[in-house]
Amino acid sequence: MELRPFNDISYERFLSEDKLMGSRCRKCGVVSVPPRPICIKCHGSEMEWVDMKGKGKLVAFTCIAIGPPFMIKEGYDRRHPYVSGVVELEEGVKVVARIEGVDGTKPETIRIGTPVRIEFLHRGGGEDSMTFLAFRPL
Amino acid sequence: MRGRRKLGRGVAVVGAGMSKFGMYSDKDSKYLFAEAFHEMLSTVDKGIDPKDIDALYLGNFTNDFFVHQGHWGPIVSDLLGLTPKPATRTEGACASSALAFREGVFAIASGFYDVVLVGGVEEMSKRSTEEVTQGLAMAASPYEVKAGFTFPGVFGAIATAYFAKYGANREHLMNVTIKSHNNARLNPKAQFNVSIRDIMNQRIEKVRTKGGPIPVWKDEKEFLRDPEANPVVAWPMHLYDCCPISDGASCVLLAAEKIARDFTDNPLYVVGIGQGSGKGLHAKEDLTYFEATRYAAREAYGLSGLKPEDVQIAEVHDCFSIAEILHIEDLGFFKPGEGYKAVEEGLTRLNGSKPINTSGGLKCKGHPVGATGTGQLVEIWKQLRGEAGERQVPIKDLRVGATQSLGGTGGTCTLTILERR
Repeated sequence: MELRPFNDISYERFLSEDKLMGSRCRKCGVVSVPPRPICIKCHGSEMEWVDMKGKGKLVAFTCIAIGPPFMIKEGYDRRHPYVSGVVELEEGVKVVARIEGVDGTKPETIRIGTPVRIEFLHRGGGEDSMTFLAFRPL
Repeated sequence: MRGRRKLGRGVAVVGAGMSKFGMYSDKDSKYLFAEAFHEMLSTVDKGIDPKDIDALYLGNFTNDFFVHQGHWGPIVSDLLGLTPKPATRTEGACASSALAFREGVFAIASGFYDVVLVGGVEEMSKRSTEEVTQGLAMAASPYEVKAGFTFPGVFGAIATAYFAKYGANREHLMNVTIKSHNNARLNPKAQFNVSIRDIMNQRIEKVRTKGGPIPVWKDEKEFLRDPEANPVVAWPMHLYDCCPISDGASCVLLAAEKIARDFTDNPLYVVGIGQGSGKGLHAKEDLTYFEATRYAAREAYGLSGLKPEDVQIAEVHDCFSIAEILHIEDLGFFKPGEGYKAVEEGLTRLNGSKPINTSGGLKCKGHPVGATGTGQLVEIWKQLRGEAGERQVPIKDLRVGATQSLGGTGGTCTLTILERR
């Protein structure tokens, strides 16, 4: 695991293994998710992988009625909007992700600050397989 | 920043023109740029021989994807008969021509050129909404795209964070939309030069001729609350919170200050320019402001020696209604969390103390991505010279105006301040 380069390819591979991983600067301790090869605080390049526990709270969201082709393919449309959001993890970093288990047609029922837990959405198969990061209210 | 920034020598805007922004099946982007160029030539009070233009900087974002041509600088240079003068394309997503302007200013300030044409162009409407959404997503971070975010989605999420932090709501966004439409009604170059009230009347008229129950809306807000009239795009962004898909072109002519009066007795001097870069949505410390705009503003104010209160009017990048509120806070016109109140109180209206987006903004004037930055400057050119017609702001001694652009989800932001002396 430690040999994987600190980049988006490794990040995606970890997601496919049901892991949300970030980088931690060995010099100053700053954590980044997705991982970064260079620390944006001290500009050091000695990184180590750090496992996110997958708990956090919703800090922003949107219910999308007109989505990109890959979301339309999943069956989402104007009548069936999906929800995307920004989640602040307990580790103090934020990630963008799909938000599951909420009703995109009733945005007034979705609350900023809601505690959420991680989910990994596996889609497609073989070479087309993708894992999407998602969160669901506890 | 080491030491104070300064321009090597002064630069002025001496001409400005734009095509009408809109959706055209019979006009391509070259033709639209030719229209903008022609209008620009007609605005140079003492005339300009195009042969005296030393270089072209052209902002464009989506040509590679939508038109399958990327090398648009020399193509426009050839169109205008400017070859073999150098032509350079700039890319900064929705701020592309704001960057062209900046490069043009630097090229003159360095002493290298005396007269530079800067502009932008975009052709978008010949593609489907899905294709345009996908194309524009090229300006977002890959993480946002994978999480399903669209551009309206990003700004929708920003709006929910702003609402939660400051207690604003959708009704406050409607104030921005209504104001933009009222201004655009007075702008013949706007894609939607109609007020919300006009749109309501048109709809009622349509039902009257076609038959069916006549819709009853008490006022503009009730119309905007009606999900039939104003459907959700990416909650809380509804149709009328979003700028349209547009084709269009705009350009301004820059000249060295020492020769500016050879072209006009009423040049506008470039007193402030700033540009910043910003992080993706997930990495922002706070979703309710753009660090890149704040940085650009510090640079531009620092260069000009002016303060936010000295800027009398501004065109800001209202790709979505919530964006206008964030920008007027980031530029220091209003305190963080008070922008929506200022809009509600009417301070940003045409006759307010700080008129914002007198052109109708991106929302109503249209947003042909690459043409927007210099398109904003065309409005400030008209206003500062007292040539804005019906929408001329009633400010006495109007001298200082600004334009702010935002590319992507805040990745590239600029502020430009012009002054009439």
